[in-house]
Amino acid sequence: MIGKQIKYLIAKELRLEMRNKYALGGILLYVVSTVFVSYLSFKKIVTPATWNALFWIIFLFASVNAIAKSFISETKGRLLYLYTLTSPQAVILSKIIYNSLLLTVLAALCLAVYSLFIGNIVQDMPLFMLTLLLGSFGFSSLLTMVSAIASKASNNFTLMAILSFPILIPLLIVLIKLSKNAIDGLEHWDMNFLMVLVFLNVIIIALSYLLFRYLWRD
Amino acid sequence: MKKNWWKIIAVVFVLYTIIAGFLLKVPAQPILHESIRNLYFHVPMWFSMMTILFVSLWNSIKYLSKSNIESDLLASQAAHTGMLVGALGLITGSIWARYTWGAWWVADTKLNGAAITMLIYLAYFVLRGSIDEEQKRARISAVYNIFAYVMLVVFLMIIPRMNDSLHPGNGGNPGFNKYDLDSNMRMVFYPAVTGWILFVVWIFTLRVRLEKVKRKIYLND
Repeated sequence: MIGKQIKYLIAKELRLEMRNKYALGGILLYVVSTVFVSYLSFKKIVTPATWNALFWIIFLFASVNAIAKSFISETKGRLLYLYTLTSPQAVILSKIIYNSLLLTVLAALCLAVYSLFIGNIVQDMPLFMLTLLLGSFGFSSLLTMVSAIASKASNNFTLMAILSFPILIPLLIVLIKLSKNAIDGLEHWDMNFLMVLVFLNVIIIALSYLLFRYLWRD
Repeated sequence: MKKNWWKIIAVVFVLYTIIAGFLLKVPAQPILHESIRNLYFHVPMWFSMMTILFVSLWNSIKYLSKSNIESDLLASQAAHTGMLVGALGLITGSIWARYTWGAWWVADTKLNGAAITMLIYLAYFVLRGSIDEEQKRARISAVYNIFAYVMLVVFLMIIPRMNDSLHPGNGGNPGFNKYDLDSNMRMVFYPAVTGWILFVVWIFTLRVRLEKVKRKIYLND
């Protein structure tokens, strides 16, 4: 039942995204121009710590911008229509899944452009990719929920940033640590940090699943 | 009087902490010296903050299940009190850090945790401020409170265990219990923790009463 609803809702999100491509194009352009501006001020970066920090900062801001619109841009009428047809859990899960796909694309683009301009110093690419994938998933679930919260308040774009940054930090610390390991090309993967990352993802999704039904009713 | 016995305990314990904390003998430790007395003031602040923030969380959960606006008032006032205690914890910690680690602020996981806690609850107040409708504000901020508290607990429980810290009990630094918290210090430390927690709960109840009076006046106007 809920699976079918989620499938239709994701299809709906995709169709809407395709219908006005400028939103998607805008966010992709955002990544490219941010990386280019960083390239103009940094040129090539060879210090792992700086490379890592700059990459995650760019990706973080791009993600916040990409996901901020997921609830804010929904009109009241459309939300009301959705709520009469589907369960709240289906709405939040479909948004999380769709946003993870979006962020994965964004992450891939970010990595490609970043490597092209600023240089790629990652030695353990599979681990970096895995970190990026888990990161996209974690960012998307947390930011989708915060976007739902922020959309209920006025001046929601500012709120989006100040509400999400403090609670993103646990996730961000683990991600930066893991990607630093990937850059240094450590011989063994640090399973502890990977486990914590998966655990954080599970907690965030469980919380969103439980709490979203208190958010959607007006 | 019957209902207020715990307030008397709070006053007696805090007074005892201040007098005994400054006068009783403490073990002579290198680096720490007399600053070890800050243990009676700095550590209980964090204990009380976590207690009062848990009260806030509890009331947020209660609001979501019962939709009683009183729970929202309790949750927000508990968060305000928590910020007050957190600020005191940061100040006492900062002074202590200056004299033992050499700087007002050092890169340390526990300090990051404290800073994040402050940021989360300040964001919570901004969120509350930007919603006008009472029931809606209560509901949305309750959801954020629960979400943020769980992330915070995860941060405070997991991350410090995976990183080194300058604090005792982490990264090769022995805990206080090991040798320097002798029985003399315990005799002050435990009452200090109890006293400060009760004291902070008292501040919280006063804030709630004040807020209720303010609302009453506002409604009568």
